[in-house]
Amino acid sequence: MSTASVSLDHAGRPNGALNTDALRADARRESRGLFALLSPGLLLVFAVIIVPIGWLFWLSLFDESGQLSAANYARFFEQASYIKTFVTTFKVAFVVTGACVLFGYPLAYMLSQLPRRAAGVCLIFVILPFWTSVLVRTYAWLVILQRKGLVNTWLMDLGVIGQPLPLANNFAGVVIGMTHIMLPFLVLPLYASMKTIDVDCLRAGMNLGASPAATFRQVFFPLSLPGLASGVVIVFVLCLGFFVTPALMGGGKVIMWAMRMEQTTSLYSNWGAGAALGVVLLAVTLALLGLFHWLLGTRATGVWSER
Amino acid sequence: MSMENALPISHRQRLWLYALGGLVMLFLIAPSVIIVIMSFSGSSLLEFPPQEWSLRWYESYFGSVEWRDATVVSVKVAVMTAIVATLLGTAAAYAIYARTLRLTGAINALLTASLIIPVILIGIGTFFLYARIGLNNTLTGLVIAHTVQALPLVVLTVLSGLRSYDMNQEMVARSLGAGRFSAFFQVTMPQIRFSIVSGALFAFITSFDEVVVSLFISGGETTTLTRRMFNALRDQIDPTIAAISTCLIVLSIVLLSAAQLFGRGR
Repeated sequence: MSTASVSLDHAGRPNGALNTDALRADARRESRGLFALLSPGLLLVFAVIIVPIGWLFWLSLFDESGQLSAANYARFFEQASYIKTFVTTFKVAFVVTGACVLFGYPLAYMLSQLPRRAAGVCLIFVILPFWTSVLVRTYAWLVILQRKGLVNTWLMDLGVIGQPLPLANNFAGVVIGMTHIMLPFLVLPLYASMKTIDVDCLRAGMNLGASPAATFRQVFFPLSLPGLASGVVIVFVLCLGFFVTPALMGGGKVIMWAMRMEQTTSLYSNWGAGAALGVVLLAVTLALLGLFHWLLGTRATGVWSER
Repeated sequence: MSMENALPISHRQRLWLYALGGLVMLFLIAPSVIIVIMSFSGSSLLEFPPQEWSLRWYESYFGSVEWRDATVVSVKVAVMTAIVATLLGTAAAYAIYARTLRLTGAINALLTASLIIPVILIGIGTFFLYARIGLNNTLTGLVIAHTVQALPLVVLTVLSGLRSYDMNQEMVARSLGAGRFSAFFQVTMPQIRFSIVSGALFAFITSFDEVVVSLFISGGETTTLTRRMFNALRDQIDPTIAAISTCLIVLSIVLLSAAQLFGRGR
């Protein structure tokens, strides 16, 4: 250590300075102090999320007689009711994600093109629902869509339909309610990424003779794809594990993954089976997010820091 | 920002876009507006627009012991959660921002885990854990579970505040003789206090609106407002819930505006 070398460490300090040891001790103390600040939060998350999930995973490996077996997982392929749950869940997730893209993309595009002040006002329409209780919004849709709800009453008064449309307590109701809840999750990251698209690129396209439509198609749209992908992934993943809206608006007919987990554990107290469902759900979720991260190199969870 | 207008596309050419965007905005806001209006209806038929007006659903909300108790539980839990999550979250954000730690990726993943792990799994897991340590149906249990869910929001909010703050200022304070704590509280804290307050508000509303985990771990005397609402909705569509919903919407608006104001205060 005492031989003075000229190499510098990453902070630009000479490595061989006489007070190296003191500096190191100081840095260690600093590290320890910062870790002490982190540890209560980390500990809590570890105890309340990681430990129980690990425990459930362990449980899922044993059958009812306590024997190590894959019975809890084999059930998913053998029992028709489980297969139906998975099919329903993915169907809802696909339809809701598609609807979110269909409605969310134009809105995000409009927001990104509006002057700053107008965009700020319009953003309230996205952020306010985002922060309104899911229960409140589901209740609102129940009131609007039920048999004698607003939509049916109005349509019948106008003479458009003779019979009330079945809009609540079925697949349609679940999809409408969930689209409303998921839309901000798509619009917010998409809007944020559209804001970063350089207007000069668009102007260049137009200067080179492209029509506004062609500029959008060939320049803007491709540049907005990463933002769109991040919104799509987060919406899809949230749909897979969604509970409140299908439970209240499915009328007991639309059984999604999370409802199945609740029924299996609360109603039938079959912890092994419920845990196995949870493990697979978590694996699918993490796989989708991981795939996204691997393909695009960014995290899909940016929505929460872009409110 | 004004450069956007330099594109040779007139607002007229964009009318269809504004119309479409406006419709989607209507779709987003209409349910809340309809519920607020309906909560003042005088009839139990949930007709819209209401034929007669009254405050009977508010009377039935505030007059019911069960709803009042549930509200008190929710407020208590949300206040406690906001305090605990803000303390832990600010400490964690500060430590992450100081960036001298290894494993930052793993730490971030762990702290934000509750945002991506399906909440139903967190609910079942928490119930399972609490059943063994006797925390089900307790305020403490609710506060702990909600804190875990609010923590990532506080961390992210405070981190974004820290990003616009130059940590060297704290170094200067310390080199002038201030201790670690007084440097933080006298130099850093005043400059990021707005994001800390925003984080606390987000934590409050996260806890107050939380449904799924509360469904599993609250009950009896500690039934939260959202749990009672969920159960009531499973049975029938009671207009009292419109009044409660209106209160929740107003609460969201107030807290969000406060967070916005504080955010701008910087």
